[in-house]
Amino acid sequence: MSIIKFENVHYTYPGDQMESLCGVSLAIEEGSFVAVLGHNGSGKSTLAKHMNAILVPTEGKVTVCGIDSADEERLIELRRNVGMVFQNPDNQIVANVVEDDVAFAPENLGVEPREIRRRVDEALKQVGMYDKRQHAPHLLSGGQKQRVAIAGVIAMEPKIIVLDEPTAMLDPIGREEVISTVTRLCREKGMTVVLITHHMDECVGADRLIVMSNGSIVADGVPAEVFANIELMEREGLTVPETTRLLYDLKQRGMDLPLTALDVDACAKEIVKQLRG
Amino acid sequence: MLKDITLGQFFPGDTIAHRLDPRTKLLLVVLFIVALFQARGWVAYGVLTLTVAACMTVSHISARNIFKGLKPMIFILALTGVLNIFYTGGTPILPGWIITWEGIARAIQMVLRIVLLITGTFLLTYTTSPIALTDGLELLLNPLKKLRFPVHEMTIMMSMALRFIPTLIEETDKIMSAQKARGADFETGSLMDRAKALLPVLVPLFVSAFRRADELAVAMESRCYHGGEGRTRMKQLILKGRDYIALALGILLLAGIIYLKKWGL
Repeated sequence: MSIIKFENVHYTYPGDQMESLCGVSLAIEEGSFVAVLGHNGSGKSTLAKHMNAILVPTEGKVTVCGIDSADEERLIELRRNVGMVFQNPDNQIVANVVEDDVAFAPENLGVEPREIRRRVDEALKQVGMYDKRQHAPHLLSGGQKQRVAIAGVIAMEPKIIVLDEPTAMLDPIGREEVISTVTRLCREKGMTVVLITHHMDECVGADRLIVMSNGSIVADGVPAEVFANIELMEREGLTVPETTRLLYDLKQRGMDLPLTALDVDACAKEIVKQLRG
Repeated sequence: MLKDITLGQFFPGDTIAHRLDPRTKLLLVVLFIVALFQARGWVAYGVLTLTVAACMTVSHISARNIFKGLKPMIFILALTGVLNIFYTGGTPILPGWIITWEGIARAIQMVLRIVLLITGTFLLTYTTSPIALTDGLELLLNPLKKLRFPVHEMTIMMSMALRFIPTLIEETDKIMSAQKARGADFETGSLMDRAKALLPVLVPLFVSAFRRADELAVAMESRCYHGGEGRTRMKQLILKGRDYIALALGILLLAGIIYLKKWGL
């Protein structure tokens, strides 16, 4: 069953001439890990903001967990099911102590104090920040702050986590921390994860990759297949993983190779197989 | 350079003063201040000084920390002292002098009063985290909600401000470095010149603060924030036996001082 459903969604920012989303239709399955790739201005952040009703379509319909996003009455109900993590970790942490910040969402929902305590401890353990629960957030590294932000949304016990370029301001170590955390949440806890990004390598582990350009979906499929369409990716100004690039170049020179090997080992195996005939 | 500023001068610890409920401590400070302004004679001042000393010992706050906090107040203290010495009538210490015995006594009492006032409030901020303080304040002011006073909004604004002070300081530091790299000079010139040099720092700082506020609001809404209504708290504040004892002692102190005042002590 699809947990997020976009039906011919159009959106224009107030005061803008251009549509930021031009007729997007999309269905995301429960428990899947979906990556959305695109350039700045491709509409991928706008897409994300529709998933928890920060933005409501100017035309068309968004349904999340069976709730119409335009239904103001059920706004809180919708938002508790969709955790949003944003780009800048500093601007989404609300408290001076890590555990108080994680408690913010359940406190807003009026959860019992003892239950909040349980959820906070659980959420912090899941992102590996339990040891730092008494720390001040501004003293943590970028990756750690972003993990606190993730804990802050999973304490709501949402069904879906939407991450809007969560790694854009992080160093490579921080990026790795965040991506492995959300991957684990998806695989082990069965959460639906929507990851908005412009880093190729972060999409490799996803079940599905959606490429956006100028407010429309231009490619949608298993990452290996999407990357294999190198012509399209280059037209969109997106680089493909180096392994795909290598296989593509070899294929151009006459070797018969599939373009679907994403990691170095698989890529090497294909080449060896081909060379041995 | 801005990183040196210490904020919310809270000293974490695990003394009984730290464990008291923030509401109790707030009320105690109020009681203490009222008592301080009721004190007239030396006995009363002696009692209050001993109380403060006892509280300092209990909460492991050294006199050095208190002195550090008093330093910026030295000018006001000196002025208070001098004015009281010279402007109090009575018997001169030597014939023909304008300095009177009464003046000296009054000067000492006034200076002592200010020192005790500051020390008393320091004891509160030194032993209570800013968050606990705002929480305590919210609960204490709760009855005002009936008068439509926005208690929750006020306290959440206070805690957000506290949360963003370090972030904004960091940002200021960054902007200043960026301006310095392009030749800005913040250290030399007249006061006017230096104030002018700060303008190119303040403008981007304000712009970014507004942008942050915008993003923060969206992030808070995404986490189901919808005002104070129906909100619960993870850390419940519960008054315990020690809080009642402390409050009783505070009331006893105030009653004692008022009693001493009656006898002119």
